[in-house]
Amino acid sequence: MSERSRTPRLTAAAALALLLFNYPFLAVFDVDVRVLGIPLLWAYLFTAWALVVALLAWLVRDI
Amino acid sequence: MWGTWIVVASVAYLGLLFAIAYYGDRRADRGRSIISNGYVYALSLCVYATSWTYYGSVGRAASTGLGFLPIYLGPTVMVALWWLVLRKILRICKQNRITSLSDFVSSRYGNSTLLGGLVTVIAVVGIVPYISLQLKAISTTFNIMRSPEPTAAASAQDVPLLQDTALYVALLLAAFTILFGTRHLDAAERHEGMVAAIAFESVVKLVAFLAIGCYVTFVLFPGLDGLLDQAAARPDLARLFTFEAAGGYTTWLWLTILSMLAILLLPRQWQVTVVENVDERHVKKAMWLFPLYMLLINVFVLPIAVAGLLTFGDGGTDADAFLLALPLAAEQPALALLVFIGGLSAATGMVIVETIALATMVSNSLVMPILLRWGGALVRRQRLGGLILGIRRTTIVLVLLLGFVYFRLAGDALALVSIGLISFAAVAQFAPAILGGLFWKGATRRGAIAGLVAGFAVWFYTLPLPSLVHAGWLSPAFVADGPFGLGILAPYALFGLAGLDTVSHSMLWSMLVNIGLFVCLSLAARPDPAEHFQAAVFVDVLTRPREGADARLWRGTAAVGELQGLLGRFLGREGAREALTAYGARTGADISPGADAHANLVHHVETLLGGAVGSTSARFMVASVVDEEPLGVREVMEILDETSQVLAYSRALEHKSAELEAATAQLREANVRLQELDRLKDDFVSTITHELRTPLTSIRAFAEILLDNPDLDGQQRESYLRVVVEETERLTRLINAVLDLAKLESGGSQWRLETVDVRQLLETSSQATAQLFRDRQVTLELELGEAVPAVKADRDRVVQVVVNLLSNAVKFSNPITGRVRLGLQVEDGAVRVDVQDNGPGIAVADQGIIFEKFRQGGDTDSGRPAGTGLGLPISREIIVHLGGRLWVDSEPGRGATFSFTLPVADERSAAAMGAETEC
Repeated sequence: MSERSRTPRLTAAAALALLLFNYPFLAVFDVDVRVLGIPLLWAYLFTAWALVVALLAWLVRDI
Repeated sequence: MWGTWIVVASVAYLGLLFAIAYYGDRRADRGRSIISNGYVYALSLCVYATSWTYYGSVGRAASTGLGFLPIYLGPTVMVALWWLVLRKILRICKQNRITSLSDFVSSRYGNSTLLGGLVTVIAVVGIVPYISLQLKAISTTFNIMRSPEPTAAASAQDVPLLQDTALYVALLLAAFTILFGTRHLDAAERHEGMVAAIAFESVVKLVAFLAIGCYVTFVLFPGLDGLLDQAAARPDLARLFTFEAAGGYTTWLWLTILSMLAILLLPRQWQVTVVENVDERHVKKAMWLFPLYMLLINVFVLPIAVAGLLTFGDGGTDADAFLLALPLAAEQPALALLVFIGGLSAATGMVIVETIALATMVSNSLVMPILLRWGGALVRRQRLGGLILGIRRTTIVLVLLLGFVYFRLAGDALALVSIGLISFAAVAQFAPAILGGLFWKGATRRGAIAGLVAGFAVWFYTLPLPSLVHAGWLSPAFVADGPFGLGILAPYALFGLAGLDTVSHSMLWSMLVNIGLFVCLSLAARPDPAEHFQAAVFVDVLTRPREGADARLWRGTAAVGELQGLLGRFLGREGAREALTAYGARTGADISPGADAHANLVHHVETLLGGAVGSTSARFMVASVVDEEPLGVREVMEILDETSQVLAYSRALEHKSAELEAATAQLREANVRLQELDRLKDDFVSTITHELRTPLTSIRAFAEILLDNPDLDGQQRESYLRVVVEETERLTRLINAVLDLAKLESGGSQWRLETVDVRQLLETSSQATAQLFRDRQVTLELELGEAVPAVKADRDRVVQVVVNLLSNAVKFSNPITGRVRLGLQVEDGAVRVDVQDNGPGIAVADQGIIFEKFRQGGDTDSGRPAGTGLGLPISREIIVHLGGRLWVDSEPGRGATFSFTLPVADERSAAAMGAETEC
């Protein structure tokens, strides 16, 4: 990945994060089901959040 | 006794903070910064997590489930955009020494004093409740800790003023902030000690929160699964599991946007993210560490909220206090103390940074511009540095006392989160002016001012004003029916827009008027010259050269001495002298007091002052000592257009000239080669003509003799005819050789590559030349040694080379004493053949020449040349074509050794040669 492509990729990551953290994904996972004891919606949000953080870490790594 | 412990622990903790901040400052003074790395930078950003996060999230989660989360998801979205936004802001602030939010806005719109003051006022009004929230948290938690009946929440108003812990906390924090935030006037406004302390606080609050989270989930309750099973059994708690409790998707989206803006625009975030940034590269690390921290500190919020609800039911305990109430109820005072200290660190960190940021804004953008304009005697004082520090210290104390007053008045009316959101919505009003100004050159001062004023007014009317109803200052009818019964103006349902929560409603309307006015007024009129110039500086910061262009806008005269005097009033006489000397050393400018200051120096002084008093005031002060000629619109436009056009042209020109240079170099090279070839061709033609003429002349001469003398005797005639035949043969050989060479050089000859046994090839060659050796009575010794690996070569061509070398050797050897040795050995993956004679040898100077066409070493003058003069050039062509090397070693008088090598055949080289042959 070149320095030049970092800006558009990170901007896309921001758009992805905004999408994952909002409607309609929230509505999709708003089901009264528990995964490993955890309500699905909670599990979804924290997992998506962790994935976004990992994506950011990957995108800003030194090249 | 327990109360004493709490006080001792709190004071000890604050003492530790002092120690860390002190150490950080000492290290910074010695130039060995402890904060100059990405981790400390990321931790310092976590000042975002205040007591609102710490206690308030649990409180909000207890009533709305996931509803607390968008406040932390928003920043995660925003940090991804930092690469686009923050880098630009950092670059601008570093280049222009911008040290506060208000200074940034005012600087962007042509150093507008009004705009800077406006931003400051909005920030103070918006943030004071937020500071009061922190004081409230400290005070409330202290009371909970101290209270003999732990679950009973103590009301703030019940405590007499002078016994109120919040007052002492406020004063103590003011002292801390003054000590480390306003120690001296620094051009860059950086506070390393403070940042170190803040980073430490971030660690403390995270550790405390994770500790209580683990304790509650795994010790008080049987793990996450068990805890949630108990909650699932209760319908009132099970609703927290779904989105229903969190409110609508619109609210959720607005909160996300609100927190996205807050992470950039809150004065404390601006302070740690922009002003205290040591190195732009630290942003990279912070971009994932900061959201990771947010994730970690929120993991246990829901479990604790559920545990609190299960433990305390609905009555009595405020959900905001679950964090403390749980360990207290479980009789774990040590853990409760740790939680309390964690909360203390969350609150103090926020208060310290926020007040420093506000103090800088108030002194640089509000008080100084006023004093400079109307202050008279105060500003004419020689030392202004002390005055500025005084203003800041006063501001810090005032802001904290204001927070305290708000806390006493508003008290328990609002939950932690509500107050925080009101502040978020206030700073969000800066977004159009700042983000718009960062990317849109057409944004104008009028648009920014109008947008800010209107947005702020709507915010005030729709959020803080109605909240006064809770405090009992306004009649509930004001909220329900609108002012004077005008329902259309009801603050929570403006123009009849009902159905939204208060924050979304306020954000919607305030952003609508803010952005609307900002865009419309900006489009309505062109920016004035100063704005236009600043717009270009801000928007193009990443593409512009780092320094220089700015100074062109200034045209006036000032003496260096005057500037030094001006600087001295802020930085002290020594500081000013040092700053100018450093500048002189760096740029080579004349800095003697009498000299005329160069425009760049004036600009430099202005940025130095800008760090201390803000850019607006700096401009004003500099203008007071220089005779400045005003700059017209046309001139600015010209400079800007000129600059950009010239830049574009010069870039294009550079490109073209680079291309031209490359082409020229190629042409020159080609020309040299052509001249060389031309010379070679001439040489070749003249030589070959000469070579051809020699035998022709003798053929003609003898033929004429035969023609003129028909009566020549038979023997004579026969000998003449023999000469003619020999010369014709020589001519044929010569022509054949020339053709051969031409073929070789043009690459047109046919090569038959086969596996060749060199040993056998040499034997063949020696047999072919045996008669020659016998005729000249020269001895030929074969030293062919052991068998050698086969080579891939054209057999006939190699024989041609060997025969040529052998016949040369014979030619130059003395009859009878002459000895020629033919050697064969293996060397470095190649087969090497030596032809050694004991002839006269070749002079070093001739050793290169003999490989040129028609050049022969030795006795060229002595009559008829002994060969065609093409043998060696042809041989070399052949060997080089086969991938080998042909060379000579010789010393005059000691014979000569001609050697050549041929690479040993392996798969690869065979393939390579095959390919070469085909093409």
